[in-house]
Amino acid sequence: MQPIIEIRNISKRYQLGERNAMYGSFREALVNTVRNGWQRLGREPANGHTPSRADTCLWAVRDINMDVYKGDTVGIIGSNGAGKSTLLKILSRITEPTEGSVSIRGRMASLLEVGTGFHPELTGRENIYLNGAILGMHKHEIEARFEDIIAFAGIGKFLDTPVKRYSSGMYVRLAFSIAAHLDPEILIVDEVLAVGDVAFQKKCLGTMAEAYARSRTVLFVSHNLAAVESLCNRAVVLHQGRIAFTGTAKEGISYYMRNLSAEAPKEGLHVIDLRTARGRSEKYQPHLRRLELYTEGDTPLSGDLPAGAFLKAVISFELKDPCTSFDASIAFDTDTGQRVCTAHSAYEPTRAHEERSGEQTFVCRIARLPLVPGEYNLHVGLDIGGHEVDWVENAARLTVLRADYYGTGIVPTKGTTLIDNRWTLRPVGITI
Amino acid sequence: MAAFELVIRPREGWQPVDLREIWTYRDLLRFLVWRDIKIRYKQTLLGGLWAVLQPLIAMLIFGLLFNRIAGIRNVGAPYPLFTFAGLVPWTFFANAIGLASNSLVGSEQMIRKIYFPRVMLPMAMIAALALDMLISLVMMAGLMLYYRWPTTTALLWLPVFLFGSCLASSGLGLFLSALNVQYRDVKYAVPFFTQMMFFVTPVLYPVSLVPANFQFILVLNPIAGMVEGFRHALLGSPVSWTLVTASFTESLLLFLAGLFFFRRLERTFADVI
Repeated sequence: MQPIIEIRNISKRYQLGERNAMYGSFREALVNTVRNGWQRLGREPANGHTPSRADTCLWAVRDINMDVYKGDTVGIIGSNGAGKSTLLKILSRITEPTEGSVSIRGRMASLLEVGTGFHPELTGRENIYLNGAILGMHKHEIEARFEDIIAFAGIGKFLDTPVKRYSSGMYVRLAFSIAAHLDPEILIVDEVLAVGDVAFQKKCLGTMAEAYARSRTVLFVSHNLAAVESLCNRAVVLHQGRIAFTGTAKEGISYYMRNLSAEAPKEGLHVIDLRTARGRSEKYQPHLRRLELYTEGDTPLSGDLPAGAFLKAVISFELKDPCTSFDASIAFDTDTGQRVCTAHSAYEPTRAHEERSGEQTFVCRIARLPLVPGEYNLHVGLDIGGHEVDWVENAARLTVLRADYYGTGIVPTKGTTLIDNRWTLRPVGITI
Repeated sequence: MAAFELVIRPREGWQPVDLREIWTYRDLLRFLVWRDIKIRYKQTLLGGLWAVLQPLIAMLIFGLLFNRIAGIRNVGAPYPLFTFAGLVPWTFFANAIGLASNSLVGSEQMIRKIYFPRVMLPMAMIAALALDMLISLVMMAGLMLYYRWPTTTALLWLPVFLFGSCLASSGLGLFLSALNVQYRDVKYAVPFFTQMMFFVTPVLYPVSLVPANFQFILVLNPIAGMVEGFRHALLGSPVSWTLVTASFTESLLLFLAGLFFFRRLERTFADVI
């Protein structure tokens, strides 16, 4: 069978450094035009006239080869800067590759965001036509789907109101509704779902899933690994512009988590320096200093832990000003980013302490770790005076091993949490 | 949605505009023109009246300045008619290159996020302004009635010069819009450039007033012939066909060069903008 998308040796180079400044100037251009000749104008992707030197170049994607067949839903995953967006932009024809070629056999639509080209002054009705045309629909196609679009968006009586008067929720619903009513053979989707709140994202994901069932071939780029897992049957992992792994969605995600998730520290280290951790949001100063993990008998934990085992976490942090109210927390997430549970010092009923300052250490003991065997990521947080002042994502990674948690020899593999539960069979004849 | 089998690969050299693709996206062009018309005068009190007011106010001020103070007389028609006939194509041209040159930069978000033939953005802007020009022509008709100025068969030339003005504006508009993506200097240079150009365009003075050894400046100006042509078509004024031919040739060359230049720079828009 002939692939519907055939990607051959696709590479894209960008210029870096001073020359890549957003705005060039005439002076520079004139000098360079004289120096290099008119011919060079518009040739280099970034600035059009600078002779490329190896040290000022960046290959955003390099030698990508890939075949996508009809009916595939391919998730493209990778860390920031792995080349996902560049690849998508090449496939959607927004930017040109430096080398290589792509053959696309079918009507293609790309959604790098919803509501592209919406004009605030235009009414909902007008924006449906405009945005539909921008997405590549013909007027008659838009007209044919018009009723469905407004019904799905639920904007009925606001149809002839300028969208600048819409609530942000209505705006996004309308934008999304138009996108969802595209009916291409090939759909290319970037993190369009990174809009709205979590509840809306979930609703969108559901609708997307339906849309995917309709349209036959989908390329989906996302940081949301859970979405990739549930929507895609294949995954491609990009790393530093190259394809690092191709396989099923599940394999791809676990490959990514194991090898490339930039934030995950190396396994086997039970003392984790949090001061320079990469998972810290930019808005936070590094208050958290260190996380240490131990198990039974204060044995340093190397990353593997049997289900139901004892876990001791030691969190060190700095209090810059004396204070009485401070709390630390550890959150456990699954591989796909779903929060399982959080251990928090505020949950300790017997806690009492005087004013403290300087370096402090909390010790957290979890008698029986109630996690289903699998991979988990640990996040560490610090609150002062009831406000979060520090938060480190993916501070540590934990592999929960299969173990006889219930003493029955049965090891649960579904779900994420093990609960203590007792069952009795009621004796015959008693009804209460 | 793209054509059935599409091949993406780096483009080499200078290429003409892909007309088939523009045809595929014709509905988008229509909606963009319509958008530009709709939003231009949104939330203004006077709305489309601005299309008429601009040349009208210019006419009154210039009439006072040049006719009464500088003493330009004997232009072959009442001075307000003479000026307005020239201001119609000039206002269009000046607005067109001003708005078209910022059309790509103003749609940065669209260019970064979706593919469509980029040439549609400046072209839609110019098409929307052409409508303004038609409105101001209605105003011109009113003025001619007021002054009881008769029309001649030369009026048949009007569509030709309308087309010529669009050609000149599009050529320069395409060129400047593409250049503006790379060099924002364009944004600052264009108003200044337009102002300078106004002085070498025979809007307020007849060509006959220009000394022979300076006439070559007019010949090099693509819009000069259009202004002369408009006046000829509307008022039956004498016209220098040499100037008209020169302007048409320049406009056509400018348009073709603009298309190629635009196409050449188009591939880097999303990366540079």
